[in-house]
Amino acid sequence: MHKISMITGLVAAGLTAPAVALALIGNEARVPINLPELQPDRYVHTAPTVDDLMADESVHPELRKVILKGRDIFMNTQQYRGTYVFNDMTCASCHTGEGGMNWGGPVWPAATTLPNYRPKNDHVNSLEERIAGCFSYSMNGISPEYGSDDMLALVAYHQWLAKGAPVYEHQIAGRGFNNLGTQIPEDVDYHRGEQVYQENCAVCHGANGEGKRQNGQVVFPAVWGDNSYNWGAGIARIFTAASFIHMNMPLGKPGSLSEQEAWDVAVYINSHERPQDPRYTGDVRETREKYLGFHRHSYYGLEKNGVLLGDHENTGEKPFLKPEILRSRTFTADE
Amino acid sequence: MQRKFTKNLFLRHVCGGLLLLSFSAHAAGGGDPEIGKMLADRGDGSGAPCMACHAMDGTGNAFAGFPSLAGLNAGYLLKQMRDYNSGARVSAVMQPNIDGYSDEELVHLAAYFASLPPAAPAQPTVSEDVLVLGKKLAERGAWDQYIPPCSSCHGPDNQGIGTDFPAIAGQHANYIAQEIRAWRDGQRSNDTVQLMTGISERLTDEQIDAVAAYLSTLPMRAE
Repeated sequence: MHKISMITGLVAAGLTAPAVALALIGNEARVPINLPELQPDRYVHTAPTVDDLMADESVHPELRKVILKGRDIFMNTQQYRGTYVFNDMTCASCHTGEGGMNWGGPVWPAATTLPNYRPKNDHVNSLEERIAGCFSYSMNGISPEYGSDDMLALVAYHQWLAKGAPVYEHQIAGRGFNNLGTQIPEDVDYHRGEQVYQENCAVCHGANGEGKRQNGQVVFPAVWGDNSYNWGAGIARIFTAASFIHMNMPLGKPGSLSEQEAWDVAVYINSHERPQDPRYTGDVRETREKYLGFHRHSYYGLEKNGVLLGDHENTGEKPFLKPEILRSRTFTADE
Repeated sequence: MQRKFTKNLFLRHVCGGLLLLSFSAHAAGGGDPEIGKMLADRGDGSGAPCMACHAMDGTGNAFAGFPSLAGLNAGYLLKQMRDYNSGARVSAVMQPNIDGYSDEELVHLAAYFASLPPAAPAQPTVSEDVLVLGKKLAERGAWDQYIPPCSSCHGPDNQGIGTDFPAIAGQHANYIAQEIRAWRDGQRSNDTVQLMTGISERLTDEQIDAVAAYLSTLPMRAE
């Protein structure tokens, strides 16, 4: 039975709303919203909601349509399964709170901090390229084309969520999935992680990580196997998964797992097979080495439980390996 | 207990020498709806038969807050009944009425109620504003209060998924509101991984009533 931590009278100030209406004022919450304090020296953002969008008369009706389209793609990405998405994921699967919530992997910072150099592909990325990465890796899919209507809609949604945020301000409170740091603790334990998983995660994500569907529609996505994110996804890194899980999972119970439980279950989940990294060279150890800056944080190309992870040609539902949009670019300044 | 029979096979049932016409069991866990109906009609020997509160067609009583059982997932129903008998779920009303059933009988009861056609959706008795608030909670949640949409766990259109997340669309508003408050107040705690406890603690009274009202106006689809 999962132990619920009793935090006396504490509702974490991790949310941006000034007042969290509680029916239990003065009582202990048995399942508190256990998020960290927002970092005081950083910019704290409150993303607008869809209600704000509908009420904002300064937004041109055409723009409103495009932003809503972007939101629809973001919240219901599965409608593009077989065209853009080739696994169980929806943007909102990992970017909780509709992509605007602190500690839930808010996506709006990509609109204010890019274009910028990103180590993942060793060149300067635009917001569109950042979005293309999510489709290529996390969704094991094919991104909407640069400049396309759907890409424009997604850009508009990201930028709408960023409303009011300062451009190129990099110190952002509640951003990203790295709150637990990037160092995998030495005492992480796969078997302890398995226990955490069966007790807390399997109810939604299935005893075999397969997720759950209702009448063919994905309700809870697969967290490993053919229908899950591929080896190139950021969340395949142990620290990213651990931080995401710690802040967001089980759904509705942020910070309910201990840090150790989060690391252990991240190790457990990311020690299972999943579709191939689109950057695969044909040899998994070689690919790991080539992208070690990324893969030193994952178990890809390592032997775990007697299996060399990623040593296969399985691309899941996607009928090929590498989408064309993943390509390098360099710039040469004029003399 | 798995039973498969062709339509032409007659079987002498051991219990009470009844002759039953048995059809293949569709319900999860292999319960037999025909046996379940017989068990529901006669009661557990010491309590009231199910229909006394849950109505002849299993659709309960909206006004009194007796839930509709018709068309709910058999595995979910079974777990709730087992929880009443083990004390994991507490109800002064339910406990004495099913504690006389064996576990095998509970399996048949669950299959029976799962096989019944769901109740018709309620006519809205609240204002449009209340329904709008309820719809928002059901489909979009209230993330500023850390409340995910009901549908994120209760499935598309809140029709339920599997044995852990029951259909809440088409359930009686009084019952839904009562149960959310029961989780909030610590009177109910058999929610898997305590997923409902946190939610219930964050909803305001206005939100509880609104989402319950909205959900009751939706159709529940048979499994």
